[in-house]
Amino acid sequence: MPSRPALAYIVGAYEHPTRDAADRSLAQIQAEVALGALADAGLSKDDVDGFFCGPDAPGTGPLSIADYLNLNKLRHVDTTNTSGSSYVIHVAHAAQAIAAGKCDVALITLAGRPRAEGRGKGGLVRRDDPNQPDFQWEQPFGIQILNVYGMTAMRHMHLYGTTSEQLAWIKVAASQHAQHNPHAFSRDVVTVEDVLASPVVCDPLRRLDCCVVTDGGGALIVTREEIARSLKRPLVKVIGTGERPQHQQGGYFEITQSGAAWSGRTAFEQAGLVPADIKYVSLYDSFTITVLMQLEDLGFCAKGEGGRFVADGNLISGVGKLPFNTDGGGLSNNHPGNRGGMTKVIEAVRQVRGEAHPAVQVKNCDLALANGIGGQLGVRHASATLILERG
Amino acid sequence: MSDGRIFIEPVPTAETEAFWAGTAEGRFLVRRCRSCGKAHWYPRTICPFCSSDETEWVEGTGEGTIYSFSIMRRAKPNYVMAYVTLTEGPTMMTNIVDCDPESLRIGDAVRVTYVKTAEGRALPMFTPKSEASA
Repeated sequence: MPSRPALAYIVGAYEHPTRDAADRSLAQIQAEVALGALADAGLSKDDVDGFFCGPDAPGTGPLSIADYLNLNKLRHVDTTNTSGSSYVIHVAHAAQAIAAGKCDVALITLAGRPRAEGRGKGGLVRRDDPNQPDFQWEQPFGIQILNVYGMTAMRHMHLYGTTSEQLAWIKVAASQHAQHNPHAFSRDVVTVEDVLASPVVCDPLRRLDCCVVTDGGGALIVTREEIARSLKRPLVKVIGTGERPQHQQGGYFEITQSGAAWSGRTAFEQAGLVPADIKYVSLYDSFTITVLMQLEDLGFCAKGEGGRFVADGNLISGVGKLPFNTDGGGLSNNHPGNRGGMTKVIEAVRQVRGEAHPAVQVKNCDLALANGIGGQLGVRHASATLILERG
Repeated sequence: MSDGRIFIEPVPTAETEAFWAGTAEGRFLVRRCRSCGKAHWYPRTICPFCSSDETEWVEGTGEGTIYSFSIMRRAKPNYVMAYVTLTEGPTMMTNIVDCDPESLRIGDAVRVTYVKTAEGRALPMFTPKSEASA
């Protein structure tokens, strides 16, 4: 297969090992993940001239964390916020900024400590700003992350006959992978029966259909080809990107259709690939239904076929046709700061480098896809897709 | 269903005061565009379809069907989160109340009812037509 042009290279990736950060400040975690990714790449903070972060970075945009880290060479910043998919978009925007000559070494960070801050129970939607035009039409009715995903799953079941057993297979696959990850929040291997026996929290979603809530974070380093080739790490090329905000469209919407249908198509067209070419996928797994809808909308199976696609272990590395979230994902391993896009990219980088845990490493993993869904499926969200290739 | 629930108060804006004044009187208003003729949700001054500012309030039927729903079992008391597709066309976020949550189905016919907040605002919620007439 001929090599595809690289938009940029991911040369550093680091996932913080903590899942409970009561002993660390938020700024400290930001700095620790930044330095971790730089060390992974073989670079130092004084090589960084582009800084990308989300609103999890405390302070005004990038300013306070740039100050804490004492980043003195910055000439490009980007604080694009699409919630959990932000960090997937940051990789794409970093590639664009590098191509435009605006920076050479881009640092992307995520850190959060919802457990330490007592927000460990999930499901809470911040009450937001009454000036937000949707506030008065949603908040009084008790909108929470749980119930909009519940409504999405309910309608998917209604339209396509998707079952709770099928959704449970997604958690089963994540748990099979997480058992090999010493840092995973939960290393418990669960069965379909275990998932179905867990209490319904918001119909039809059960407790084990929901992601974990963890402290921690991660960081990535994106750079241009000449610098990537000068470093000692396996080359990981970014060859396709896509992003797509999806909302209520004036009240005429279909909540079982995610923005991944558009972001995926854009990324596949840019890479010149089709879904069947992909050896490994990192899919945002806030809930099991999130994974199922991305599989359909990215084109790994037909719309409505996601339930049958995930059944019988098809997402388990070494067992099924399309291994996913081999770190255990947000369902079992880590969902730092309730923003899972960063860890999706990190595990895809590990797979393309051949550095995933040997028990879950996909053989000859030359092409991988990472997808993030930020915001809330069923209300407003942004999907972001990355396609990565071994250099 | 709504007994004991504490609602986040809606905060009307200059664009939406008439809607909340309407629900206080038991009137369900829908925003429609005079230029393109289409109703939208949530109500806004600028039409989301043709971008005209020639939008107006019209009396809604207050009727629709359940687009999707989910019983929030983790909340005390439980409540039924829902999207209802109005007969005027658009789908709105709401709750289904005065019902047996276990018997609800997507596609069920519902009609508007009003639930008071602590500050006296009337939230437009929906109840199954079959139970309301029973």
